[in-house]
Amino acid sequence: MTLTLPRPGRMTVPRRSFVTKRNIPYLLVLPALLGFMVFKAYPILAAMYISLTTGAGAARSFVGLDNYVRLVNDPLFWTSLWNTGLILVVQVPIMLLLALLLALGLNSSLVRLRGLWRLGVFMPSLTGLVAYGVMFSVILRKDAGLLNWLLSLFGVDPIDWLGSPFWARIAIVIALTWHYTGYNAVIYLAGLQSIPKDLYEAAMVDGAGSARRFWSITVPQLRPILLLTVVLSTIGTLQLFDEPFVLTGGGPDNSTLTISLYLYQNGFRYFDFGYAAAIAYALTLIVVGFGIAQMRMQKR
Amino acid sequence: MKGWTLTFVLAAVFGLCVGPFYWLAMAATHANSDIFSWPPRFYPGDQLAANTAKLEESIGLVNVLGNTLFVAVAQTAGAIVVSLLAGYAFAKFQFAGRNLFFVLLLSTLVIPGGVTIIPIFEMMNDIGLIDSFPALILPSLSVPFGIFLMRQSLLAIPDELLDAARVDGAGELRVLWRVVIPVMRPVLAALAVFLFLGAWNDFLWPLIALRTPEMYTLPVALATLQGLARTDFGQVMVGTAISSLPMMVLFLILQKQFISGLLAGATKG
Repeated sequence: MTLTLPRPGRMTVPRRSFVTKRNIPYLLVLPALLGFMVFKAYPILAAMYISLTTGAGAARSFVGLDNYVRLVNDPLFWTSLWNTGLILVVQVPIMLLLALLLALGLNSSLVRLRGLWRLGVFMPSLTGLVAYGVMFSVILRKDAGLLNWLLSLFGVDPIDWLGSPFWARIAIVIALTWHYTGYNAVIYLAGLQSIPKDLYEAAMVDGAGSARRFWSITVPQLRPILLLTVVLSTIGTLQLFDEPFVLTGGGPDNSTLTISLYLYQNGFRYFDFGYAAAIAYALTLIVVGFGIAQMRMQKR
Repeated sequence: MKGWTLTFVLAAVFGLCVGPFYWLAMAATHANSDIFSWPPRFYPGDQLAANTAKLEESIGLVNVLGNTLFVAVAQTAGAIVVSLLAGYAFAKFQFAGRNLFFVLLLSTLVIPGGVTIIPIFEMMNDIGLIDSFPALILPSLSVPFGIFLMRQSLLAIPDELLDAARVDGAGELRVLWRVVIPVMRPVLAALAVFLFLGAWNDFLWPLIALRTPEMYTLPVALATLQGLARTDFGQVMVGTAISSLPMMVLFLILQKQFISGLLAGATKG
């Protein structure tokens, strides 16, 4: 299909052309809609059907809700849910608090070389999964890892970051925090800069101290942005895949097995597409549920 | 005094953020055995050429870089065109179904990628596209975030500007090319950088969709390298440094656009 251009100087589109004034907007959205239908809408519905089947190709057979029954009775699924929830509850608040403090610092006029620090803290969030994963897997090594070397300067004994269930979780939290704190800080920074200066000036005239100004002006003004980052980070963490995939592979002892990782394992290691699709739908339900709950809280 | 304390704290945070990159670059110039020396080596070594040669031998560095660049450019260019056209329609035209289409396109932002990956894999498998570049490029052409960003920015362009061109007899594509694109250049640049980095770093889908090592993109090739029983980290570090390089360069050149693009609503992960 070709778009026929009207010759310059003509007011109307040639009559027989496919491109009529009425059609133009539809032609413009057509590529996007095609992509949406083939690679989003259809797969979402197909996954729904696949989740009700077992086997693949010609051997695929309809089994109703069997996969979902299996899911509810699968201890590994509950483990993955528990791990994901644990990382969510620990990592997101730490990260967002650090990001807020960082943004306040980066916004302070007392600080020298602000531009440079801003540049640096944003860099980790641009790293690709493999670069970041390889980097961390080496940094976190028990012997001769960079982090353990750094800790040894303070007299701390080497920690088996990726080899013990407890530390492996901490390692994932550290990696996530390293990767995304700067990103959130930059979002907060933009929010801080959009708060009208005269609000602060008026408060100073009224004799409000810096703590008072923070709680009475900064936090309320930043509220929508704070909420946005909470929602985005929650949704992102619920789908956590990259870090455990590269760093721990879900181990040791499934302590870092996340829902997405479990989905991947069932789908592309065991080729159990029906079960993987059921996990995907459970994940969707959780993500959408959290999203709606957090949006509701914002309205209040 | 207080300002200096704060500056010091921020410099320390900066070190934590950028330090690993520095160490990575240094590690790329040392032999495997020296990378894990204690204390770590924070100075350049003389093994960069040797590590690079080994990397070329094990993954075909040049070929893999070519694949990655081709796929990333094609994805970026395609998604930009699709986003711009759709964003233009949503911002500047009235048509039946406009709001419905827009909401539908955006609604997929909240759907976890895991849901679509299995059907897309089966689809690609059925039509014989597994292990081909179209399998990597096609699914990423319709980007809800890009469409949203384009629509938002186009809403800010006054209709009078477009109408003036139309009165002068320009067709819609001409208006788009001569009026809209020049005005939109900074936003297009921001989107291009985002899409390019996303495509350049893409891992999971290429890992699933590619089979033969000759087709691999850099992240997939590096991951297979790391999975070997006895990893030679010298070459892994070179590859990792190379894969981080475009990001650094693009970011340094385009930081302003970057951050405005980010604020338009990019998502985590």
